[in-house]
Amino acid sequence: MQVDEATVRRIARLARIRITDEEAKALEGELSGILAWVEQLDEVNTDNVPPMTRVADMKLKKRADEVTDGEKADDIIANAPMTEDHYFVVPKVVE
Amino acid sequence: MTDLTKLTLAEARDGLVAKKFSATELTQAFIKAIDAANPHLNAYVLTTPEHALAQAKTSDERLAKGEARPLEGLPIGNKDLFCTYGIRTTACSRILDDFKPRYEATVGQNLWDAGAVMLGKLNNDEFAMGSSNETSAFGPVVNPWRRTRGGKVDNTKLVPGGSSGGSSAAVSANLCLGATATDTGGSIRQPAALTGTVGIKPTYGRCSRWGIVAFASSLDQAGPIAKTVRDSAIMLRHMAGYDPKDSTCVDMPVPNYEAEVARGVKGLRVGVPKEYRVDGMSAEVDALWQKGIAWLKDAGATIHDISLPHTKYALPAYYIVAPAECSSNLARYDGVRYGLRVPGKDLIDTYEATREAGFGKEVKRRVLIGTYVLSAGYYDAYYLKAQKVRTLIKRDFDNAWSDVDVVLTPTTPSPAFGFGEKAGDPIAMYLEDIFTVTVNMAGLPGISVPAGLSGEGTPMGLQLIGKPFDEGTLFRAAQVIENAAGRFPVPERWWA
Repeated sequence: MQVDEATVRRIARLARIRITDEEAKALEGELSGILAWVEQLDEVNTDNVPPMTRVADMKLKKRADEVTDGEKADDIIANAPMTEDHYFVVPKVVE
Repeated sequence: MTDLTKLTLAEARDGLVAKKFSATELTQAFIKAIDAANPHLNAYVLTTPEHALAQAKTSDERLAKGEARPLEGLPIGNKDLFCTYGIRTTACSRILDDFKPRYEATVGQNLWDAGAVMLGKLNNDEFAMGSSNETSAFGPVVNPWRRTRGGKVDNTKLVPGGSSGGSSAAVSANLCLGATATDTGGSIRQPAALTGTVGIKPTYGRCSRWGIVAFASSLDQAGPIAKTVRDSAIMLRHMAGYDPKDSTCVDMPVPNYEAEVARGVKGLRVGVPKEYRVDGMSAEVDALWQKGIAWLKDAGATIHDISLPHTKYALPAYYIVAPAECSSNLARYDGVRYGLRVPGKDLIDTYEATREAGFGKEVKRRVLIGTYVLSAGYYDAYYLKAQKVRTLIKRDFDNAWSDVDVVLTPTTPSPAFGFGEKAGDPIAMYLEDIFTVTVNMAGLPGISVPAGLSGEGTPMGLQLIGKPFDEGTLFRAAQVIENAAGRFPVPERWWA
């Protein structure tokens, strides 16, 4: 799969990572190289093969539907770059 | 007095119980060793001497009262991927900035509850993405081993492997008795092989992932890097165990692995997969493999040729699954709730500026690959396809287990390489994990044990792969190799 510069920019936008023109150019080649390399998987016949979802057979545990955690607002905001009372502060989203 | 830092974990444990020295003396010896070595090796990104001495004091009190816990007073290093309460945890990324978790990773908590002492946080590749520790925001770690060429020591700095390069370097340089590590594609076993140490990645689900900074959740597992097979068995027992906070963590009793190491391999069926004889594998790695086969045979094991036909597809499938899961896991670093924030003109701009400044080159590359393979129209062609290939890789092993109990392979295609030697080409670096990654893809346990030196005098390792939750057999077979090969201490402490 050949990735062009426009695709690199679109992916970077989806990933919310700003990239420079220089990086976009370099990534074009690197991503194309990696994607071409993984294309060897096309040689493998996977008809009727289920995707792997777990490594060992086990049932997901259930637990009682009750509150086991909470009242930790101070802990939750302790590392935030910007807070006000118990809120995270972000730039204005709606004008 | 003997140099306490040279003791194994088991010897230190026995020495403490016999009151030959105190936990405080032992801890001070390591603090001193770290102070001298770290400016040269960069194994620790944060040292916590006061924390360690406080823990050691508690240990001495318990030892005096005869109330020693299994790891009482034993100083270890903690990979900076494990969250530590109130102590900076960064995953060696700028994006976590000065993050001080308000919780402790379960694996770490298990160790502290068993009496272990934490010396500090160990360097690693950023978000555990790398095989040389060169992607760390804190700079690379230097391998304590150096090459010998023409009878002369070559001062070229070698990588300690990755991503757990701080762990492997610290253990081999005697800067801790053992270390925590994590393994997503080989990040415990490959650095262990490159530094002459023992590293085990247990079965997926054996250790809790709770509180470990996530990279690829279906592959990540914690395990120890240690000086000996016995030490790794002791550590794993006290890292593993059921944790209701990780739904993929299994509710099964943890065996006494230390009791396994002396059981030998009489009658054990050892598989040798032909697909691991790959192009570009060095002749000395092949010779080492043959030696390992002979050692196990001499100890009473039987050797069987086996085939794992999908081996060559493990690495390309990994480089779809791991980036896909990483792009999802790393979406949480948004500059809002914790870590770095670079203010932008609006919210989206803030996200983009924060992630541009916070992530390093390899992390960006993988997030972008992951975003691409998960983007609209490509999910089936890449991620679903790779997960199907994973089923086939696992089936190869399931078939093999009817004929053999354990599989023997080299750990890496070559010994330690120099700084920058593989940094230019992402795929060349990815090939470092060619023998280790299948184990993560199939969820199996794997151990790397040092087995010999290269022509350049640097260590090389052999890998043993086991059935799910059969770590005990890995310790048995690894001990036989250790007995035959001997241990590989760093010949010269050139940094001291």
